[in-house]
Amino acid sequence: MMQFMLLFSRQGKLRLQKWYVPLSDKEKKKITRELVQTVLARKPKMCSFLEWRDLKVVYKRYASLYFCCAVENQDNELITLEIIHRYVELLDKYFGSVCELDIIFNFEKAYFILDEFLLGGEAQETSKKNVLKAIEQADLLQENVDFQTRLFAAPT
Amino acid sequence: MSVDGPSYFLASLRRRMPAPIRLRELIRTIRTARTQAEEREMIQKECAAIRSSFREEDNTYRCRNVAKLLYMHMLGYPAHFGQLECLKLIASQKFTDKRIGYLGAMLLLDERQDVHLLMTNCIKNDLNHSTQYVQGLALCTLGCMGSSEMCRDLAGEVEKLLKTSNSYLRKKAALCAVHVIRKVPELMEMFLPATKNLLSEKNHGVLHTSVVLLTEMCERSPDMLAHFRKLVPQLVRILKNLIMSGYSPEHDVSGISDPFLQVRILRLLRILGKSDDDSSEAMNDILAQVATNTETSKNVGNAILYETVLTIMDIKSESGLRVLAINILGRFLLNNDKNIRYVALTSLLKTVQTDHNAVQRHRSTIVDCLKDLDVSIKRRAMELSFALVNGNNVRGMMKELLYFLDSCDPEFKADCASGVFLAAEKYAPSKRWHIDTVMRVLTTAGSYVRDDSVPNLIQLITNSVEMHAYTVQRLYKALLDDISQQPLVQVASWCIGEYGDLLLSGQCEEEEPIQVTEDEVLDVLEGLLASNLSTPVTRGYSLTAIMKLSTRFSSVNRIKKVVSVYGSSIDVELQQRAVEYNALFKKYDHMRPALLERMPIMEKTATNGPSEIVQTNGEAEPSAVEAKHPPPVAQPANQANDLLDLLGGNDVVPVIQTSMPTKPASAGGELLDLLGDLSLSGPAPAPSVPSSQPPFLLDGLSSQPLFNDIAPAGIPPMIAYNKNGLKIDFTFERANPNPNVAVITIHATNSTESEMTEFVFQAAVPKTFQLQLLSPSSNVVPALNQGSVTQVIRVLNPQKQQLRMRIKLTYTHKGSPVQDLSEVNNFPPQSWQ
Repeated sequence: MMQFMLLFSRQGKLRLQKWYVPLSDKEKKKITRELVQTVLARKPKMCSFLEWRDLKVVYKRYASLYFCCAVENQDNELITLEIIHRYVELLDKYFGSVCELDIIFNFEKAYFILDEFLLGGEAQETSKKNVLKAIEQADLLQENVDFQTRLFAAPT
Repeated sequence: MSVDGPSYFLASLRRRMPAPIRLRELIRTIRTARTQAEEREMIQKECAAIRSSFREEDNTYRCRNVAKLLYMHMLGYPAHFGQLECLKLIASQKFTDKRIGYLGAMLLLDERQDVHLLMTNCIKNDLNHSTQYVQGLALCTLGCMGSSEMCRDLAGEVEKLLKTSNSYLRKKAALCAVHVIRKVPELMEMFLPATKNLLSEKNHGVLHTSVVLLTEMCERSPDMLAHFRKLVPQLVRILKNLIMSGYSPEHDVSGISDPFLQVRILRLLRILGKSDDDSSEAMNDILAQVATNTETSKNVGNAILYETVLTIMDIKSESGLRVLAINILGRFLLNNDKNIRYVALTSLLKTVQTDHNAVQRHRSTIVDCLKDLDVSIKRRAMELSFALVNGNNVRGMMKELLYFLDSCDPEFKADCASGVFLAAEKYAPSKRWHIDTVMRVLTTAGSYVRDDSVPNLIQLITNSVEMHAYTVQRLYKALLDDISQQPLVQVASWCIGEYGDLLLSGQCEEEEPIQVTEDEVLDVLEGLLASNLSTPVTRGYSLTAIMKLSTRFSSVNRIKKVVSVYGSSIDVELQQRAVEYNALFKKYDHMRPALLERMPIMEKTATNGPSEIVQTNGEAEPSAVEAKHPPPVAQPANQANDLLDLLGGNDVVPVIQTSMPTKPASAGGELLDLLGDLSLSGPAPAPSVPSSQPPFLLDGLSSQPLFNDIAPAGIPPMIAYNKNGLKIDFTFERANPNPNVAVITIHATNSTESEMTEFVFQAAVPKTFQLQLLSPSSNVVPALNQGSVTQVIRVLNPQKQQLRMRIKLTYTHKGSPVQDLSEVNNFPPQSWQ
């Protein structure tokens, strides 16, 4: 299973963090700091995999964002690259040519999409169409409720 | 003003706080901050506003506030005061609230916080909600961060949802079940009924998550594994459909249909087929099909091939399939994509033990990977290269690996150096090559070699008697170049101390002998003593080396002077040595030549019993060089009695020369203490191995065998081995017309309660003998001495030397394999005379 996924910029700013193992805030911060440093130090020609502690880290850069996943030893690194790519495709379809700013300003949506694609560190849906449909429906549900609320909320 | 009425209402409106700013607004504002301090100020202000808003229990804006808090949390600021608010959001009826609430719970709450258990009830309700998206949120949260307690409470709900016909929920429930099982393995059983028809689903999401669930269960429980083996045909069918079916737009990735599902199925097949012939056979065809038909131009195809190769190697596949797998890996090695190369090297490393020959074919490609820029690839290539070194390719491989050692990063040097030493020790084609290789490592990676390499090297050098002159010359020259690498300096000092006379006499045959004077050599050694680069250990080596030269050189006065100077050294170790050596010059001068004479050949031993006397001359760490007492070496030219070297590293006739241990003369208490049990009379005590038969030893000394007259037919039997209940007797005959052939029959008996199966007896003899092993009577040694295994050995001994044999026994006892090596030295003299 995937133990965690981090998205960060070239300057090392965290844009998304999804943890599938229980760790304290302090530990998460330490891991993030270390891993970000290690990945940013890699040269462009190096391979996308590195051994880190007792895990395998798979990372790929898309424009200004690094997508970094830590998987366990029996996991297939090459298919993890495909998982990362699928997530990027989902974001791209949802936001329409996604860029880093979209993820910054709509981070909660990025999480919602991730949570429709992966669950507990494994892929739950392998069809792009189905993931996007679910997000669409959930968004609609949100809007309907909001619409109702807006009509009856106290004036501000 | 009256309490009710419009004016009051309007006033209260004005007094109310302004609406909290929207999330996007906040993000925009924070991003305009130019410094960390500015950002912190903004954040603090907003946090204060959010806190007041929470205090007011404002339902309308709670969601917005928590979202903002989550953003600030991502920037690294504390957000724990929002935890309870997340719980309130989860409990709300609004979908937006729940969405943010659950997200907040996953980000801010974890199982360490006590409050997280408050979620349990909400999740339980939401798992039964009428809207599937709400159920989905609950399942997702439980599956990502549910604690053991929560899992125990809610496992029943998850199990119910696992049986639903709603595929959206079913797939989530499956992964949630995986999480529950990981947290509370005892609950695995309860999910078993629900797995009954999981694989009959058409929905790929459910199929994928079901395969993950089945994999988890099989990995955790051998019973489950046995139970699910029957699914192999179904899995094979699903996989076949994925490959054979035409284009499916919904699941297509670069022309391949649902690679994620294919990879998971292959992984499950691997687990099911391992150690099971029938399952392995059932999946043979599909594996071959996937291996040959998958498109390899993109990463996704290679991902599937990679998983296929892993599966083929792990199950009981037929050899043709295994060769196919290794060839795929070989092709991977040539791929432009370095990710693929990396993955290939990793897999080859896993298979190099079992399919050694197949991997050897790709050796040159692997060696090329040593030059790759990527650190991970280099490391894998190095490990694999060492695994591939054998007697045939050792020269070529070592050349490449030494080149690698020269140029690699420091993080590799220690491992590479150790690897080179190990490989050189196992496969060195000649002593000179061995010493050259060792020297090369010392000079290029000298500071990175492990501590035990110094004594190991000293032992190696001592044993290569004919190379002494060459070795000391090379080491001397190396010292002239560079004295910073301590292991090199230590070995060099030791050698110069031992063989300095060879250096002077210019005896080197292997290369042009150098001309040095005594003074030059002493200058170098004194330089080491004085240099800042030398560690205290190195200084110790140098001082002792100088001292030893007092019996080999003529400039004794100079040496005396040096030694006395260090008698007042600050370094206690050096001071002690100098004082002792001084004493040697003064009071014990008559013993000096004997004490400082050439070191005898040292043998490496595996065990170091307390009774064994460790021979030291006060410098090499006693524990590192465990010398079993070899024959005394009065002359430097004594031959290596390398009994342990069955491959016959040298051509010398193995001879035992022994003498009974002489009691060390009690001359000067302190000297004895400091130099341990070193026999002061020179020759080392007798070897402990043959000491079990002292009379025989004495016999071996004399040139006339004492038992010449006894008729060959009366050769007494002997016990060759008796350990762990296994006893092996040797009986002898000379029924053969050829008097040089001894016919030995072994009888193996087993006194333990369980039989020893797959019993294999192997023997080796020194070079001058020839051995022939005939077939054994059986390979099962019955228990409780109820029978024996017999086997005939014929030994040809044309030179009539003393028979020695090394035997190796392998057998299986009570289910576990046992292996033992032993020496047989107590052959009765009639057996070889």
